[in-house]
Amino acid sequence: MGNKKNSSWSAIWPPAAVLAALLLFWQSAVSLGWVQAWRIPAPIAVVQEAIAIWPRLMMHAGYTLQLTLIGFGGGAAAGFVLAALLHLLPGVRRGVYPLFVLSQNVPIVILGPIMTMLFGYGLLPKVLLVIMVCFFPVVVAMLSGLSHADPALRHYLQMIGAGKWTLFWRLELPGSLVHLFSGLKIAVSYSVVSAVFAELLAPKNGLGGFMVLSSRGFMPERSFAAALLIIIVSLLLFGLIVWCERFVVKWRPKAEGGSSHA
Amino acid sequence: MLDVKGISKSFGAGSTAKEVLSGLSLSVADGEFVSLIGPSGSGKSTLFSLIGGLQTPSSGRIAVGGEDITGKTGHIAYMPQQASLLPWRTVSGNIELALRIAGHGDKASIKATAQKWLEAVGLGEYCNAYPHVLSGGMAQRVSFLRALLSPQPLMLLDEPFGALDALTRLQMQQWLLSIWEKHRRSVLLITHSIEEALQLSDRVLVLSASPGTIVDEIIVPFERPRREDLWTDNRWSELKGRIYNGLQGAGGGV
Repeated sequence: MGNKKNSSWSAIWPPAAVLAALLLFWQSAVSLGWVQAWRIPAPIAVVQEAIAIWPRLMMHAGYTLQLTLIGFGGGAAAGFVLAALLHLLPGVRRGVYPLFVLSQNVPIVILGPIMTMLFGYGLLPKVLLVIMVCFFPVVVAMLSGLSHADPALRHYLQMIGAGKWTLFWRLELPGSLVHLFSGLKIAVSYSVVSAVFAELLAPKNGLGGFMVLSSRGFMPERSFAAALLIIIVSLLLFGLIVWCERFVVKWRPKAEGGSSHA
Repeated sequence: MLDVKGISKSFGAGSTAKEVLSGLSLSVADGEFVSLIGPSGSGKSTLFSLIGGLQTPSSGRIAVGGEDITGKTGHIAYMPQQASLLPWRTVSGNIELALRIAGHGDKASIKATAQKWLEAVGLGEYCNAYPHVLSGGMAQRVSFLRALLSPQPLMLLDEPFGALDALTRLQMQQWLLSIWEKHRRSVLLITHSIEEALQLSDRVLVLSASPGTIVDEIIVPFERPRREDLWTDNRWSELKGRIYNGLQGAGGGV
């Protein structure tokens, strides 16, 4: 136990020290006048500004979080269901899956302006954009998991009389959960980026909009504060998925679980 | 119990067709332990897939307890070479799942059965553990229990101890014997080990290389319960020699 604590501490302090050094360098660069504060604000000034406008920041963060969660939830659920359907209908999969892979090469965010054109400036086009972005990594990861079930386990279950449905529920689906979570981790990071991007297109609410309006208004401290908050939201959501994975995929040996996102 | 009559199986068609099994017949009586020993490429795995119903023979019939099961799955209990425990189900959960797939409806009673047996074989503390904490030998014990507790009357054991080290393998053979001699079931065992076949079975069938067909049948004369030091018996080396020669004649080493 003590050993483990030591090892996690020894993993944390080097990057923490580098980060602290960078912040110190940044702060001194501004304080000593190497860069103008209106171009790049000092870290302390960013934090002071964030505290000063805290309620507004929180309101915008709430919008962004709402958009991210609806889009991520919708995209992940749609991806999950579609992966299961394509897996159970191999004929359809052969026709549809290559197109999915091709469409992954299109950066989905370029569809942003088109979505705005079609659906206006409300929540709907933004949610649709986030859904589309989250959808693909989940489908691809889940399908790969479903079709890579352990052949020895499959052979055993078939020998004792398991049919297609039993194989799906007892073998393929539980076996694909690890893959599903690797897809969810990618999707959740994408979901924040795409939500912020969607907000840039119609900058009324949300951190993305607040950030772009602040930079247009020459308030760099506010832009940086918004950016900082976006990073924090993204990290928190990623952490939430990792936590859920530990809770759901609890059969794995500890050593593997610890290095799963390395 | 098990009747395999004139089974042939070929893969491919036309001039490239390869016959893996040719006119093979065998039977296992109620409560009899039969071993199948043969060189690589004698179609042992194919035979098990046929009995298990995963493949259908090119010709011939397979019956269990008088019922024709040719090409039908779910009529056998099975213990594969790898323990094949689902990693996301507990040790007890793995046994319960096999019984449920075999058609057992009563969840509570199968759970109680699984736990009672795990305790009886000294694995009680692993009931609710996930399989990754088990050693290779322990995992194979669970795998054997799972097959033994399944309601199907015939057990197919597919080189069950092939992946274990020599010492564990000997212990597992003794362990399996001690349980099987108290709870007799019809067993068909595939093995590469002449000693294992002689130690465990009532009858040994020697298979030839491709196409596989039975070239010798040995009725093992040792009384049950089997002694651990059977190799001190004069008949042991004589039978070993006979099986060895059969395998040599059958084309290829063990």
